[in-house]
Amino acid sequence: MNGIASTTALTASLGLIAAWLVLGALGLARPNSIRWVARTLFPVGALIALGVAGAGAVALTANFTAQTAVLPLGLPSLPFHVRLDALSGFFLLLLGSAGAGISIFAAGYFRAGEGTAPGMMGLQYHLFLASMALVILADDAYMFMVAWETMALSSYFLVVTQHRIPEIRRAGFLYLLMAHVGALGILLCFGVLQGGSWLMTFDAMRGAALAPAWASAAFVLALFGFGAKAGLVPLHVWLPEAHPAAPSPVSAMMSGLMLKVAVYGMLRVSWDLLHAGPWWWGLLTLGVGLGTAMYGAIFAAVQTDMKRLLAYSSIENLGLVFAGIGLALLCRSFDMRLLAALALAAALIHSFNHALFKSLLFLATGSVMHATGERSLGRLGGLIRYMPWVAALALVGSLAIAGLPPLNGFVSEWLLLQAFLQTPQIPHAFLNMIVPLGAAIVSLTAALAGYVMVKFYGVIFLGQPRERALEQAQPAGWLERAGLSWLALGCVLVGVFPQVALDVVGRITGQLVGATVQRGPAPWWMTPLASNQASYSGLWLWAGLVLVVAATFVLVRRLYHGRVRRTPAWDCGYRWQTPRMQDSAEGFGQPIRHLFGPVFRMQRELPSPSDAQPQYRVQIEEHFWHALYLPLSRFVQRTAERVTILQGGRLATYLLYSFLTLILLLVWVL
Amino acid sequence: MAHLSLATQVIQMLAGALLLISFAMLAERRSRRLLILLVWQGAVLVASTLLVASTAHLTHLFYSAALTLVLKVCVLPWILFRLMRKLGIERDNEPLVNLPTLMLVGLALVIFAFGLAQPVSALATTVLRDTLGIALAVILLSFLMILARRKAFTQVIGFLSLENGLFFAATSTTYGMPMVVELGMALDLLVAVFIFGIFFFHIREQFDSLDLDQLESLKED
Repeated sequence: MNGIASTTALTASLGLIAAWLVLGALGLARPNSIRWVARTLFPVGALIALGVAGAGAVALTANFTAQTAVLPLGLPSLPFHVRLDALSGFFLLLLGSAGAGISIFAAGYFRAGEGTAPGMMGLQYHLFLASMALVILADDAYMFMVAWETMALSSYFLVVTQHRIPEIRRAGFLYLLMAHVGALGILLCFGVLQGGSWLMTFDAMRGAALAPAWASAAFVLALFGFGAKAGLVPLHVWLPEAHPAAPSPVSAMMSGLMLKVAVYGMLRVSWDLLHAGPWWWGLLTLGVGLGTAMYGAIFAAVQTDMKRLLAYSSIENLGLVFAGIGLALLCRSFDMRLLAALALAAALIHSFNHALFKSLLFLATGSVMHATGERSLGRLGGLIRYMPWVAALALVGSLAIAGLPPLNGFVSEWLLLQAFLQTPQIPHAFLNMIVPLGAAIVSLTAALAGYVMVKFYGVIFLGQPRERALEQAQPAGWLERAGLSWLALGCVLVGVFPQVALDVVGRITGQLVGATVQRGPAPWWMTPLASNQASYSGLWLWAGLVLVVAATFVLVRRLYHGRVRRTPAWDCGYRWQTPRMQDSAEGFGQPIRHLFGPVFRMQRELPSPSDAQPQYRVQIEEHFWHALYLPLSRFVQRTAERVTILQGGRLATYLLYSFLTLILLLVWVL
Repeated sequence: MAHLSLATQVIQMLAGALLLISFAMLAERRSRRLLILLVWQGAVLVASTLLVASTAHLTHLFYSAALTLVLKVCVLPWILFRLMRKLGIERDNEPLVNLPTLMLVGLALVIFAFGLAQPVSALATTVLRDTLGIALAVILLSFLMILARRKAFTQVIGFLSLENGLFFAATSTTYGMPMVVELGMALDLLVAVFIFGIFFFHIREQFDSLDLDQLESLKED
């Protein structure tokens, strides 16, 4: 009976993916009608996303066994294989639940006359969703790569929706370039993984016995390929360009969902297809992950564009996820299964959490942009008065991403930190001293993330409006609010019932590591290590918080009611205060810019004291551009110019080339 | 036995004729006569295919012979003839290299082709196995012709002659290709000639000539 249920889960998810594609095609029936495409089709797409999440959830139930199928598609001797197991089920759940919120929001978000026709956009949007789901379900390298490239291409077209703006075209090109470089890495990785059998199914790769050197090559290639998609430093450069260029729901999908598909690919290759490897795999991933996390957090702190800020924050969070994966790999190589399970659980839950809160924040910036037309933090402020709903929901997201209890961000960062604190047990003389230092970096990153979120939320929603026009800002429509609320609800639920999340990812760690962390006594109690150590209850904390706030409210009302005196605030003796005198985004980031000065490449223009109209400008760039990417591109350019000599322009010469090649090949055959 | 050997002899004579026509095409300066030579080449090809079909009792070779007759002897030359008339390019064909050199290179190619064909024809089992060398020589000579001419029109004729050589190679080694492949190639040829025709007009409109040296100005610096 269980067999029937699970087969239906796989068939159902395939059917739902097909429904997404049909939905996209239906949008072309009336491509210019917002009412048809956005208001009618997108909500249906959200329902389908819920179905996909449900199918994923079935795969995470206790007695589920992996189900496979062969699709009658693909090349004649190379059909598409699909497989649904706990790992793919988890990522389907992630894709579906966050995707539902984004689709509902997008239904209210898209307006006419913004770049690409809505129908075309609907097609690209649903193709993007479907291809991500297919990447997750793929069970052979061929289908994986087809779906992976479809995902890259459809998202590229979504990024360049407003293709009339040159910066956006440039950002799109950079994204496409990095996506292809990464895809090359993945392709080569699969080429190594088949181990001489030339069978492209994942089953064959699981069974292939690779020499240690080849296994390491496959691992490094996978880290490169999936790292380029996930935005690991130094392959992250496309991320802060492409995410702000895309419309907000697309940014949310790319950051919340697509980066997670890269995490899925990394997990699939390093845990499922490859067997346990040497410890330096883990250390490499861990180092890159922690470096990325720090780098992202520092750069997020100095951004002045709200979407760029969130993009750097995504880099930071993906760094934490990869640090978790690296730690788990490290523990696996020393056969410390329980600790590996803990680190892997932290990485998985953090992926899920990030999908929820980063989508939420990107969507909130979309609402703000539609209401105000501004993306720069320097021209926003005080929006909590004009957009109370968006402000409240964005607050939930900001608190969650800052890692504050009782929300979901705390759960995963807490687990990660606990895992790092257990690393002195590693039986290796130097690793057991170095790796625990990761705990310090994780805490520093979490603190910086908190700082970034104070800046993000404070500058946009609190204080005085920095521009006159902001007072005309309209609150978001009900569809947008519904999408935001759905995601915020997810943030709260995972935070309050952490043990449910641990149970769910326990199925994956059981499958991949062969161990699960200790179960807590109740859904709202998690005791990952022992009941007297590092246990946490979201619900009790929540109850305590509510109690304290209620008690304070009652006490204040009782004791102080009617005794409030309203007078102008003390203004430092300065009577002409304007909203422009508030702390600005640049000002707020200044201490970080000062502390981490050498990390940035800064250009500053400071006004002279006697200037009547002082102008202050600071431009921050990354060292990677000038140290790595520009020399690389110059090298490619020069090489290309040398090769161009072959292209003389004479047709006869070209014909001669092919003639000589033919003759040479024939001589060779002879 | 005598009948078979007579047929083989005739086929080998026809193959020799093909090679001769190829050399003639290489040396021919006038587009009009070149076209006529192409028709002759097609006709010889049809005759040899018919002979192979009747000696080896292969029905599908009859079909491909019919296809060749319709397409390469009638339709394509007719289209090219009309094009030639419209474009007014009946005689203007200076080879890039002088003719004696071209002939010498052609000779070297024929020797090379025969050397190349030896190990292959040892493996082939058909009545035509000795003619593979000629087929390869026809292909290489056609290529040389495309290479050495400067007019787009002549190059198209060279391309068609190259296709004839390929077809001949296929019949001589393996009794022709599967019907599907042959039909596909026939369609390709037809479409290619139509497209070439359109390109002729475009090239002429752009450069007032079909001289391909003009295309050099298209190079991007």
